[in-house]
Amino acid sequence: MLLNYDVVIIGGGPAGMAAAIAAHDSGAKTLILERDVRLGGILNQCIHQGFGLHYFGEEMTGTEYAERFRREVHKRDIDVMLEAMVLSLGEARIVTALSPERGLVKVKAGAVVLAMGCRERTAGAIALPGTRPAGIYTAGMAQKMCNIDGYLVGREVVILGSGDIGLIMARRMTTEGAKVKLVLELMPYSSGLKRNIVQCLDDYGIPIKYSHTITRVVGNPRITGIYYAPVGEDRRPILSEEKFVSCDALLLSVGLIPENDLLGGLGVEMSSVTNGACVDENRMTSLKGVFSCGNVLHVHDLVDNVSREAEIAGRAAASYAKGDLKSGEGVCVCAKDGVRYALPQRLTKGEGKVKIFFRVDGVYKGAKLVAECEGRQIFAKKFAVLAPGEMGDIEIDKAGVDGDIVVRLQR
Amino acid sequence: MDRYDVIVIGGGIVGTAVLDRLARYELRALLVEKCDDVASFTTRANSGIVHAGYDCEPGTLKAKFNVLGNPLVWKEAEELDVPHLKCGSIVAAGEDGVSGLEELEKKAKANGVEVRLLSREETLGIEPNVADRISCSLYAPTAGVVSPYQMAIAYADRAILNGAKILLEAPVTAIKRSEGKYTICTPKGDFETSVVINCAGAHGAEINDLAGAEHFETTYRRGDYFVLDNTERKNVNTVIFPLPTAAGKGILVAPTADGNVIYGPTAVDTDDCEDTASTLDSLDALKKSVPLTYKRPAFNKCIRVYSGLRTLIEHDFVIGRSKIKDNFIMTIGICSPGLTSAPAIADEILSLTLESINAEKKKDYIINMPRHLRLKELSDEEIERLARSDSRWGRIVCRCEKVTEAEIIAAINSPLPATTVDAVKRRVRAGMGRCQGGFCGPRVIEILSRELNIPISEVKKGLGASIAPFRVKEVD
Repeated sequence: MLLNYDVVIIGGGPAGMAAAIAAHDSGAKTLILERDVRLGGILNQCIHQGFGLHYFGEEMTGTEYAERFRREVHKRDIDVMLEAMVLSLGEARIVTALSPERGLVKVKAGAVVLAMGCRERTAGAIALPGTRPAGIYTAGMAQKMCNIDGYLVGREVVILGSGDIGLIMARRMTTEGAKVKLVLELMPYSSGLKRNIVQCLDDYGIPIKYSHTITRVVGNPRITGIYYAPVGEDRRPILSEEKFVSCDALLLSVGLIPENDLLGGLGVEMSSVTNGACVDENRMTSLKGVFSCGNVLHVHDLVDNVSREAEIAGRAAASYAKGDLKSGEGVCVCAKDGVRYALPQRLTKGEGKVKIFFRVDGVYKGAKLVAECEGRQIFAKKFAVLAPGEMGDIEIDKAGVDGDIVVRLQR
Repeated sequence: MDRYDVIVIGGGIVGTAVLDRLARYELRALLVEKCDDVASFTTRANSGIVHAGYDCEPGTLKAKFNVLGNPLVWKEAEELDVPHLKCGSIVAAGEDGVSGLEELEKKAKANGVEVRLLSREETLGIEPNVADRISCSLYAPTAGVVSPYQMAIAYADRAILNGAKILLEAPVTAIKRSEGKYTICTPKGDFETSVVINCAGAHGAEINDLAGAEHFETTYRRGDYFVLDNTERKNVNTVIFPLPTAAGKGILVAPTADGNVIYGPTAVDTDDCEDTASTLDSLDALKKSVPLTYKRPAFNKCIRVYSGLRTLIEHDFVIGRSKIKDNFIMTIGICSPGLTSAPAIADEILSLTLESINAEKKKDYIINMPRHLRLKELSDEEIERLARSDSRWGRIVCRCEKVTEAEIIAAINSPLPATTVDAVKRRVRAGMGRCQGGFCGPRVIEILSRELNIPISEVKKGLGASIAPFRVKEVD
């Protein structure tokens, strides 16, 4: 069975829903393929506050944020296939998916929007030394088990890494009666939002040790503790200062990786910094008609930004499917001097304002961020503080762009 | 007390292969295993290499059983539908290693193993990613890889289908002898038997002591490994060894039968028979050694580290009858090349057993196991047909490895049922992918809970530890 849609959205989390709504509202016949049993993605397990301030102008939980978008999807009667796992994205944008309800489904898409989100780095990915017992969880898995399934993974907890989910889970485990004994962060700064350090650790008296890491896990078949040590300049642990702390659960919040496995073999230009595709301002990848948005493109801190980005991708995908997406001469956007990446990586010359998102590679106080085009400064702004855990954005006017753009810090 | 003709102690690759042989005869055969699944210790954590047999000292049991075992593994992996890949191996050496390769070539001749000395150019034809310093290699076309734990599980399944029994979570606590019979004591009951076969792996010497058979001093050598994402598979064609040393065959780079790549093992001597904790030092050693033979190491594509233990008794396998205890047969100290040797060792043990007990061959026993249906290997038409007839074929539980609910349920209902998350993982690979069960773990727990009719908090990862031990809002 070959179905036909103008726009097929892979993934029904916040990015997929916002992209679908935007595509539909631009007149495209739209389909969402979602592998879980409901729309919403990871938001469904985010029962904490902190969502929607920017997008809706009010603070809500992740589940509420998801529900707003779910309603909008259903109001428009946008087609959704649940429990539909996409097996491949083939030549000529034929998407193959498998679901218990529909079996094997092939869909011919006028345009495809990738919105698969990201996955968490695991103990294996960081080659965590020691035993490999029960009791080690990624923070997101522990969050799902706690908030959706109703199980608490431990009562004496250590958290490695200070990504936002880890910080949120430190608070969540505490409110469920667990003792979060320690948070360890390899870097001298957190990779999470400042507000989460304050609200999830400081407010509960949970200690965080920066520039520290785990040297070995002990216990078998269940974890009984970990050894940890400070790290030197080279981020190697100083074993002479190794200490032990007992625990029955270890949560990992050591990074998120865009889940781009579907793109394997398609020859899409990828960024080795974001681990997502390289895109233009329409969020179109190097593969014509294939768009990318949300955490599968680059990991965001705030879902509000995901929704906005996805709307760009959804609208552009609809235009592409109709054949009226303008293309033109492009320029590159590069990052250097303290800026880890800038996105989009390509811009089309023309009119109008465009937002460029960026992340820095360390904590900078009072640094000036500049964008230069052919050696000319086209944007400059001084920031009180810039940190890797907080994505920033600048807006530039395309009218002044006649060559490649460099985004960098000026100190 | 239940009575058996033969009791096999230990459910690793050797014990399960032995049981598989015994099950072809009119024998009451039981295997007792201390863990909650077979293949739970050394068999689950090794290199999975089917060795050609060129490097074993000629005249040793290792040489004999390796050479006999190699073709048997290839044949039986087919019969048992176990993932395998006869990809050949190379021992890669620099200018200084030519004499070492020639030594190996001599051993290969003595052992009757086909090998070829290759120039750098010829080596590159087989393995384009050997390190730049590699100037020659010794190629062994009969080597390759097999999934060691799936092999043991498949032997166990076939043995059960042919009438043998397996008792899990039954560590042997005592072995008594009276009136020409043995009594094997376990927490799950005592069992009488005429013949005892010690296949207890790391605990082999202890079992000998329990029975009052020959005493052996055992040492252990731990090896750590990196497992790489399956995206690395395209870079590795064969098993790449360095020149062997006294510590072993050295740190290899190899494809796995399931489509990943491994780097390892290190060789760290230890006196703890349970020591499978990887260490920073050892993982660092791998980072230094791998580039010596392989020029595309990708430690950033690591999805897992693991560690396994080789059990060493003197310098060779110990295989044969006890000279002290009648009808007590030993197959211990089975380190590398134990996996390759296992089917040949099992044949030997069967003949020794049949010397003790007269038994007829069963008239009809199963050799070819039913195919495992794996979504990854099916055509679109087959997937469509299966998903139409059973919606569980349409429900992908493990996203990384594309494992369906139907496959997981089949594992839970297999002859030796999977009852833990790790047991499911070893059988169908749910949780073996790049997210390491982050997504599918909770789903697999749910399915196990439903199918086994036990509470979620009782579902184990393996070896008795729960993954979801407490309820929220639970008050002491």
